[in-house]
Amino acid sequence: MNRQAQAAVLFLTGGSILHAGLTDLYLRYVKAGLRPLLLAAGVVLIATAVATVWYERRSARSLTPAADSAPAADSAPATDSAPAADPAPATDSAPATDRATAPAASSETDGAHDSVHDYAHDSAHAHHEPRIAWLLVLPLLALILVAPPALGSYSAMRTGTALQEQPWGFSALPAGDPVRLSLVDYAGRAAYDKGHSLDGRRIRIAGFVALDRDGSPYLVRMALNCCAADAQPVKIGLTGRTPPVLQPDAWLEVTGTYTAKRTRDPVNNGVIPFFEVTEARPVEAPRDPYDESWNG
Amino acid sequence: MTTTDAAPPRAEGRGPDDQRGWHFNSPLVLTLLLLGAVVVQDPIRRVLAEPVMQSWMTVFVAVMVQALPFLVLGVLLSAVIAVFVPPSFFARALPARPALAVPVAGMAGAVLPGCECASVPVAGALVRRGVTPAAALAFLLSAPAINPIVLTATAVAFPGEPRMVLARFVASLVVACVMGWLWQRVGRADWLRPPSRPGAEGLGRGAAFWGSVRHDVMHAGGFLVVGAMAAATLKAVVPAAWLGMAADNPVVAVLALAVLAVLLSICSEADAFVAASLTQFSLTARLTFLVVGPMIDLKLFAMQTATFGREFAVRFAPATFALAVLVSVLVGAVLL
Repeated sequence: MNRQAQAAVLFLTGGSILHAGLTDLYLRYVKAGLRPLLLAAGVVLIATAVATVWYERRSARSLTPAADSAPAADSAPATDSAPAADPAPATDSAPATDRATAPAASSETDGAHDSVHDYAHDSAHAHHEPRIAWLLVLPLLALILVAPPALGSYSAMRTGTALQEQPWGFSALPAGDPVRLSLVDYAGRAAYDKGHSLDGRRIRIAGFVALDRDGSPYLVRMALNCCAADAQPVKIGLTGRTPPVLQPDAWLEVTGTYTAKRTRDPVNNGVIPFFEVTEARPVEAPRDPYDESWNG
Repeated sequence: MTTTDAAPPRAEGRGPDDQRGWHFNSPLVLTLLLLGAVVVQDPIRRVLAEPVMQSWMTVFVAVMVQALPFLVLGVLLSAVIAVFVPPSFFARALPARPALAVPVAGMAGAVLPGCECASVPVAGALVRRGVTPAAALAFLLSAPAINPIVLTATAVAFPGEPRMVLARFVASLVVACVMGWLWQRVGRADWLRPPSRPGAEGLGRGAAFWGSVRHDVMHAGGFLVVGAMAAATLKAVVPAAWLGMAADNPVVAVLALAVLAVLLSICSEADAFVAASLTQFSLTARLTFLVVGPMIDLKLFAMQTATFGREFAVRFAPATFALAVLVSVLVGAVLL
């Protein structure tokens, strides 16, 4: 990959990171707190792309006289510099090099510079412009073209529930009827507080649907600490008046009450508390698909 | 004379195409690649709609997006070291005797606020700047594990177990220092063969700085992609239930989590939370997970290969792995 192409990849990577950070797209992949770092990284990558193009052009100009005088030292560069001028027009097709696209006049100096520059600094290096860098095109394509969705029921049912006992106990429930709780909060109170703080209250929680092998429905939130690679599900079982048809990955808001029923996650033997549903309605996925309450 | 050395292969080129090899056309290839992907995106999307592929892609993109800011941070730091910090600074800052420089560099790892993606390029720059490799390697191993961010995350993830933080700090620092001393005793300079880089001589500081940033991002970033693909494959394809079976035997449990740390390649700022969720495993096994992960995993191995050369990585990685497991078990036996 030559420098123009590298500049293009840097520019596109920086641009897509900026795009992800400026929209809510990044929330599908990483925690909300990474946003400033993402934006900064995007800006640095774009600056690197611009600097690469800028220094390529500048050193091209300053080295032109050297190229002219090269034949005096050795005849090889002279035979070389003429055909080497041809590569430059190929840069016209690089998407991100618009601003740097060498005008026809300087394309020849670009080519000449490349050879001189390579001789001067990179004679051993010419073959080592990192070829592995081509792999960077893959995440670029994935992010720009596919923008994969947040982890859903497939990952949730393959991974054991991550519900853990919180050592600092449980505060009293907020006021409201029904009271709105996060799924992780409900699961913690139901599993480790024996439902004491939940007794006799109508509760409303939201999550996405996942079905186990037998088709029993669970409501799940993926809890995230840093990025989707460490996302882990917190599951609650649904019982009572669950909707007859449940689509995996569909977001659902359920209203109901605590039930002492519980089960064990077959994957890691973790506790899965249940929820007695009286009412359920489909809702939009939240802005941040992951529960980040563990990030403090 | 370099000109005459380099000239023949070029002069032999018949046309412009032969002359520079296929990468001479790389902007064109890149454009065709991007255009092609846009044109066939519908069929691609259909294939990728499979849940397992979607999950793979999400984890893959997530690892990249998460690691990129830290990679950029490390690359910037490494470029600053390479261009603006004179080698004499390190000669003054570190004790002259390598045996003493190792623990000092290991402790210095505590101040690099980042994860392992940042430490590899910085350690590479330190070596190129003339720092004793043994000290730079101690820094490479300790920095992602004992910096304040990571230790705080560990404390948050193990709220009932403050000893876990201490054990992680001690075990990581011990492994880093021992690896440094080990390298000093048995390491050979010719194993360290960093791939050639664009020469900085004769360039202005700005050009050298941005050249270093560009090269490191492209190079380490490419290897990061390899690691991200491996981690995504593990997360999306291998059933988590396998782990449950390993937890019962204490020896198997330690080894299983050590291997898991290598395969998962989770950022060291997040691994404590994953370790905390592996409740069926003993604390010592989870300590092993926390000590091994930041020092050697698939992503790191790829990046170390990129920065220090294959000869180095194939020796350094297994030694680090074995030592990290051993020290974790010992520290776990004493502290946990």
